[in-house]
Amino acid sequence: MPTPALPPQGAPDRSRRWRRVRRAAALPLAALVLSGCTVPGFGATPGDTTSSQSAYHLWQGFSIGAVIVGGITVGLMAWAVVRYRRRGDHIPVQHQYHLPLEVFYTVMPILIVFGLFAATLVVENKETSNPKTNVTINVNAFQWGWQFIYPGTNALVYGQTTQSPIMEMPVNTNVHVNLTSTDVIHGFYVHAFNFSRYALPGVVNQFTFRAQNTGTFFGQCTQLCGLYHSLMWFRVKVVPAAQYAQWISTFNNPADAAAAAAAIKTTNEELATGVASKASYTKFGR
Amino acid sequence: MTDVLDPPIHIEHHDGGHEEHHGATGILNWLTSTDHKVIGMSYTVTSVIMMVIGGAFAEIIRAQLATPNGSLVSLAQYNELFTMHGSVMIYLFAGPFAFGALANIIVPIQIGAPDMAFPRLNALSYWLYLTGSITMLSGFFVAGGAANFGWVAYAPLSNSLNTPGSGADLWIGGLLLTGFSAIFTGVNLCATIFYLRAPGMTMFRMPIFTWNMLVTAILILLAFPVLTAGLIMLYCDRHFGTHIFSVAGGGVPVLWQHIFWFWGHPEVYILALPFFGMVTEVIAVFSRKPVFGYKGMVFATLTIAALSLGVWAHHMFTTGVVLLPFFSIMSLLIAVPTGIKMFNWIGTMWKGQVWFSTAMLMSIGFLFTFLVGGLTGIYLASPPLDFFTHDTYFVVAHFHSIVMALVLGAMSGLYYWGPKITGYLLNERLGKAQFWFLFIGIQVFTFPIYLLGLYGMPRRVAVYPANPQWKALNDLSTLGAVLIGVSTVIFVVNIVVSWKKYPAGDNPWDAQTLEWFTTSPPPHHNFYRLPQIRSERPTWDHNHPEHRTLHHGEHDVDPQVPESEGEHV
Amino acid sequence: MKTEAKVLLGLGTFFGLMCAVYWNWSLENAGGVMMFAGMLLCFLPGSYYFWWSRRMKPRPEDNPQATQTQGAGVVGAFPGSSIFPFVMGMGAFFVVLALVFGIWLLVPGLALVVWALLGGTAEGRRGGHH
Repeated sequence: MPTPALPPQGAPDRSRRWRRVRRAAALPLAALVLSGCTVPGFGATPGDTTSSQSAYHLWQGFSIGAVIVGGITVGLMAWAVVRYRRRGDHIPVQHQYHLPLEVFYTVMPILIVFGLFAATLVVENKETSNPKTNVTINVNAFQWGWQFIYPGTNALVYGQTTQSPIMEMPVNTNVHVNLTSTDVIHGFYVHAFNFSRYALPGVVNQFTFRAQNTGTFFGQCTQLCGLYHSLMWFRVKVVPAAQYAQWISTFNNPADAAAAAAAIKTTNEELATGVASKASYTKFGR
Repeated sequence: MTDVLDPPIHIEHHDGGHEEHHGATGILNWLTSTDHKVIGMSYTVTSVIMMVIGGAFAEIIRAQLATPNGSLVSLAQYNELFTMHGSVMIYLFAGPFAFGALANIIVPIQIGAPDMAFPRLNALSYWLYLTGSITMLSGFFVAGGAANFGWVAYAPLSNSLNTPGSGADLWIGGLLLTGFSAIFTGVNLCATIFYLRAPGMTMFRMPIFTWNMLVTAILILLAFPVLTAGLIMLYCDRHFGTHIFSVAGGGVPVLWQHIFWFWGHPEVYILALPFFGMVTEVIAVFSRKPVFGYKGMVFATLTIAALSLGVWAHHMFTTGVVLLPFFSIMSLLIAVPTGIKMFNWIGTMWKGQVWFSTAMLMSIGFLFTFLVGGLTGIYLASPPLDFFTHDTYFVVAHFHSIVMALVLGAMSGLYYWGPKITGYLLNERLGKAQFWFLFIGIQVFTFPIYLLGLYGMPRRVAVYPANPQWKALNDLSTLGAVLIGVSTVIFVVNIVVSWKKYPAGDNPWDAQTLEWFTTSPPPHHNFYRLPQIRSERPTWDHNHPEHRTLHHGEHDVDPQVPESEGEHV
Repeated sequence: MKTEAKVLLGLGTFFGLMCAVYWNWSLENAGGVMMFAGMLLCFLPGSYYFWWSRRMKPRPEDNPQATQTQGAGVVGAFPGSSIFPFVMGMGAFFVVLALVFGIWLLVPGLALVVWALLGGTAEGRRGGHH
């Protein structure tokens, strides 16, 4: 039985295949050319905290691996499609196995995976650690805004949607955050910190930032929480330590003190309940 | 060559031995049919309609996001749109197409069976799917609108306090119906594959598509009951005063995520494995070679299924309450069997005679697109990297690369098996036009939003800050979505233009597996005759006895003597 | 039947190992329970097939040298057209709508379900149309 021709209304189009080959080759070539001498970010940014930079370097490492593995695979695909396209009618040799090759491309990916996992663990342990600190911020997410309470002080910041309340914190200091929600699940996401964490009702998620650069950084809710989810904005403002101390002291008039004390009391109750009853769930939440 | 034997296998008849179908005609015939080919065709048509509906929602979403402060739809309508886009695409298109449409038609004929093991149950599966789809979509017509809490319905957002209204309950009800539909199909596929194979078709001679459908069926049985249970719990929380997922009553909201994603992750493999199978068949046929590394493919599929039950919480890395290292290593490991499959696909083409029918182009497009989606998935398996990509457009881009790859696989399956099912080929020139619009559209749609996510745009937002870079990337992505829409139009045009125009014959592709031995379309109860089955390619062995698969250690190309010469009647 | 048994028992064993590691390491109960249930789901048919495969005669589809005449005869019962899947489907539809729009819908819903159960069973015993 002769090799079947394609059904009458279409013939293989050679020029299209060449375009495919060029397209397939373009990406790895472009990556090589554009990389220059420094390792590119592959879309990510180093960010402004110590852990954001670790995560960034991990991203770069993963990306180099992805480009190499992806480049080889796309190269093999392109080669197969070009070099072994049909010429003539004969039926090719019916190979079905090549055990050494199959073992190789089973074992190699396993080794690569363990390498990626090891690198992940290093960064993950660093990022989820909770070093000693003397600045703590309790973050309450709610529909549809944010509340920042500074226990031990009278500072209290509150804002809804596009009011975009500002969470002020000192630079080069470990800042510990206690994150919770009073209604549905929200997402606390700061792009410049390469970080996000869910604000869960009944649970306190704890993490630490050490910002290295001053500036005001945009933050947003990333977990769908209802009607104004798109507008649940906040900002993080990193300032020099002296300026931070001065900002804290602006809350020392009696009205502010009372409001802050009331807010802190409520939050502490929620935190206490959250921590006490959900201890097993926060075990790995750091 | 007399390895094709008469008499045919006997089917029990109760109406006097007539082979032809006497009975109701027209709509009553359709309502009472238990023929897997009719049911599979119903699934195909319904699921493609669902794809068009979900696609329409997508186009509205992209139009809204074309400007930063778009006002095409309100914030409330937008939440309904992306919820129903995801729900329709995953629950009502991809799943049913994957395991109810082509699988229903093809699995019995690939193993030489006259029908599925439980034909009436099969029909019930379809009616549950159709009524479930109607139930879910009718949310748009009730006060309060359709479900609006995302296709994942996280608690506490999905409880009656935060989402009152019948739209949510219709969503839950629709999923209860489609869930049972899937479970019954899983039962049917397992029973059919275990009990109805033709003589000589041992398990390791089944086509890879059938193997993948078997593993899909087992995954369905493992996963779907969990979703059904979770939905019932959610309904109870909403209406019977229970507090399973709400803090106030001592419940745990994150429990919903554990239950949902324990189903949700196997679900994405339930969606993917059938298309892996389709693409495997197509690549082998259009390279004129056997599947490379057949046993490796089978073990890789089983490994994927096994691992898929242990990775669910990689969707929950940012909750802060899951065991990060366990789920990270398991998720990274799942890349290994997937990579094995990828290299086996390339190995199938290697040293072959590759010819570029539309089906083959779609499969090659699948290879590239799935590679992109798979590589970006590896980033997401690393918690520190997930922390800044979760719930951003990076994740949206990742899973759209994957599901659009599955759409390419679906199109490959339709162009490949369409002629077998209907008896008619589709126009190849239009098919190629569809391919290019679809393939290029997918890349233009997804690549900008990978970057958009890395630049900080969250998902499920109707508006975004006025940032020229974000707007440019959104516009480019919208252009890609338009190209995909054009490809869908070309597909529909192709069906209309090619209607009954190009008769296919039994085996237009010189294909290899058993279904190509019978007529196009197959007769009632599928086969008049069956060939001898001595490998996973019985039709190829019958047509090309001098080109049997080389066994390990063989390097000859000399014609081999067929094994059982003595089976003459 | 041996391969079928091995597939299911293999998966079940893997789930059991994964469950043991996960549950002990994480102390998280939901995932542990679900993985354990998955293991049981695989062991149930898997051990049945394993037990049965050692006692049964090899079927034609388990025999690599089988011929098609060995498979001749009744393969199974394949009921032809039947209205009962549609009736059952409609019944289930109304039952689910009852969850949304009111208990009264359970009346037509359950009526259709019961009709389908009774009718379908009778049809199955009778042999049905082809």
